[in-house]
Amino acid sequence: MASVTFDHITKRFGDVIAVNDLNIEIADKEFLVLVGPSGCGKTTALRCLAGLEDVSEGRILIADQVVNDIAPKDRDIAMVFQSYALYPHMSVFDNMAFGLKLRKTPKAEIKRRVEEAAGILGIEHLLDRKPRQLSGGQRQRVAVGRAIVREPKVFLFDEPLSNLDAKLRVETRANISKLHQQLETTFIYVTHDQVEAMTMATRIAVINKGLLQQIDTPQVLYDRPDNLFVAGFIGSPAMNFFPAHIRKDGENLFIDGGTFKVKVPETRKGAYISHVDKPVIFGIRPENIHNPEYAPPNIDAQPVECIVDVTELMGNEIFVYLKTGDNLFVARVDPRSRYHVDDKVQVSFNMNNMHVFDRESEIAIR
Amino acid sequence: MKPFSSLNRIFSNIPIHAALILLCLLWIVPTLGLFVTSFRPREDVRTSGWWTVFQPRQVVGETEYDTYCASCHGADGKEISAADLSSPELLVDYPRSNRLLTALRKDIDGKPHLSDPALPSNPNKALDTLSKILDYMRSLSSGGTAKERFTLRNYADALVGYKGTQDYLTDCQQGVASALAKFQCNSSDLLNPEGMGRALLNTIMVAVPATILPILLAAFAAYAFTWMDFKGRQLLFIILVGLQIVPLQMTLVPIARLYAQLGMQSTFYGIWLFHTAFGLPYAIFLMSNFLRGLPRELFESAYIDGANHWISFWNMALPLALPAIAALGIFQFLWLWNDFLVAKIFLTTQPVLTVQITNLIDPRGGNWHILTGAAFLSFIIPMLVFFAFQRYFVRGLTAGAVKG
Repeated sequence: MASVTFDHITKRFGDVIAVNDLNIEIADKEFLVLVGPSGCGKTTALRCLAGLEDVSEGRILIADQVVNDIAPKDRDIAMVFQSYALYPHMSVFDNMAFGLKLRKTPKAEIKRRVEEAAGILGIEHLLDRKPRQLSGGQRQRVAVGRAIVREPKVFLFDEPLSNLDAKLRVETRANISKLHQQLETTFIYVTHDQVEAMTMATRIAVINKGLLQQIDTPQVLYDRPDNLFVAGFIGSPAMNFFPAHIRKDGENLFIDGGTFKVKVPETRKGAYISHVDKPVIFGIRPENIHNPEYAPPNIDAQPVECIVDVTELMGNEIFVYLKTGDNLFVARVDPRSRYHVDDKVQVSFNMNNMHVFDRESEIAIR
Repeated sequence: MKPFSSLNRIFSNIPIHAALILLCLLWIVPTLGLFVTSFRPREDVRTSGWWTVFQPRQVVGETEYDTYCASCHGADGKEISAADLSSPELLVDYPRSNRLLTALRKDIDGKPHLSDPALPSNPNKALDTLSKILDYMRSLSSGGTAKERFTLRNYADALVGYKGTQDYLTDCQQGVASALAKFQCNSSDLLNPEGMGRALLNTIMVAVPATILPILLAAFAAYAFTWMDFKGRQLLFIILVGLQIVPLQMTLVPIARLYAQLGMQSTFYGIWLFHTAFGLPYAIFLMSNFLRGLPRELFESAYIDGANHWISFWNMALPLALPAIAALGIFQFLWLWNDFLVAKIFLTTQPVLTVQITNLIDPRGGNWHILTGAAFLSFIIPMLVFFAFQRYFVRGLTAGAVKG
């Protein structure tokens, strides 16, 4: 139970900058998810925190104590690795007890804690087995159990679900969230999967190319992305982007995408007035593009003409890939919609949830 | 199609099977020959091949003896008591046929020793005949032709290093002077410095520490090279591994001199040190490769769990490297067991098995019966090691070549 601070952390491997001036303050009992594409430096940041890598610059604090020069074993952290890193020559019990034995915990206490952790994870019946006799999901749980028994100040997870199949992943995701509530400890979790980040995190830090892009709660990240990268990374399917210009026509502002022109709602006009006639990127999420027939009421709908390219029926919704000029975009529309390939159709953009980014700096305009 | 395809498989595998069978035969036939021979009595070894072991015994030299000697010395050789042809003492004087020929050329009571019939005039033929007669005399002296066909006497001779005309057990029983001069004729003879028993102990004394030491040190070194970060790690590793190309023979003289100056010549410490030094480069190379193949996360997880290098070496690296250790151990042990050169030079007063065997052989190529027993004694332990660790053996051959 402790806060964690990354204070201007930079990590270089030779000439490559893996982590670039990272500043994050993580409160006690928080579930922070570091998310980003592979190679973005999120795992390196986690390894720096664990003490497996030395930082090139900056300070790392755990519970307000600088830990830069403290060995991994003395940082009071536990880590779950992507490969689980179970000790293959030890039984599940010994795997979980290893850290406690090294800390000279009394035998009875070790037994109590291991059994308790095994109970939480539902692996009591596996304690005598060797890791090679376990399934992937069981191994994952043992790895988590090995972290739990230590009762550390901070839990670190390095993509712990990426080796599980899709169904098990969803199940385990929920279990880890539950575990966080049960243990009331700081969790720091690294993943490249934005769904995992959205579902589990109290806050998400989006990292790209070693740089922190935005850190906030999942909802804010989704509703108000700070820049083009975050907007494109969070949400599935990803947000649609159109190169466009903002035009002023009388009292109204318009987004001019070349092949379409949509009116900016009154409430947003103030933010965009300074960017009139400048190149911008207009963004709108697939779920904010509707079939006019089934569009919800009370939205500021703007019609756009386009051609159907591909449709994917998901059951509860339809993903429609649409074309307007050279722009391809996706809409999640009501399953009752009847769209056929090469149909000329009109869709409604819900302009209340529009996004505009400066084309040069890729920063959100609002 | 189906029966043909399985037939096809059988035929296409024939070359492999034939080669395997050939290899097995190449190994088994001589080994079996040695094994059978080592249990045959001395005279049989001299006179017939091991494959005749179940055929009726051929008595060599009987006809020659009857022709030339039986008329005077009698069928059992005891007729003339002053010259008892069956006595071992007499035989000691005639280890080879040329000595007998010289003796027979001397006149007895003014008359030629052998006149009716005379020996073949061709000296080679004469020697040939005499050697058969000698063989027959030996068989007379060791109790005639009714002897057992299998015996452990060769092993007894080899173990104590006995090189008399008869065998150790018989000579001790009969109290033959030449035997009593050097042997106590009790179990203390097993440690006789000239015997294989003592040599076996010496070899174990050399091979066991000189197997454990380099592997343990190599494991330490490999761990450091793989998981510890220090300056010059790469360079040091390259230099150490590069040391493999130093030919052992090149260092014999300088190290022998060094040992002489340090007073370490002919000590076990000296030979342990030598073998350890020459075993290390390859051992470090192989162990490093193996450890590098282990997942990095295992060790990182151990560090986070609270292990320092010492603990993670004993609890992680060593148990996980067991296949590599076994493979290395087997090869190092066998190499030490079979080593002749280094032992001959650095352990002169404590002969190991290989050296002792050469000591046991008569420089003129005699004493085959001891050789067979000694040879078998010398490789029974490596054989046991091989069969006990067979699967590691195979793994050891591919270790470093492919991962896992």
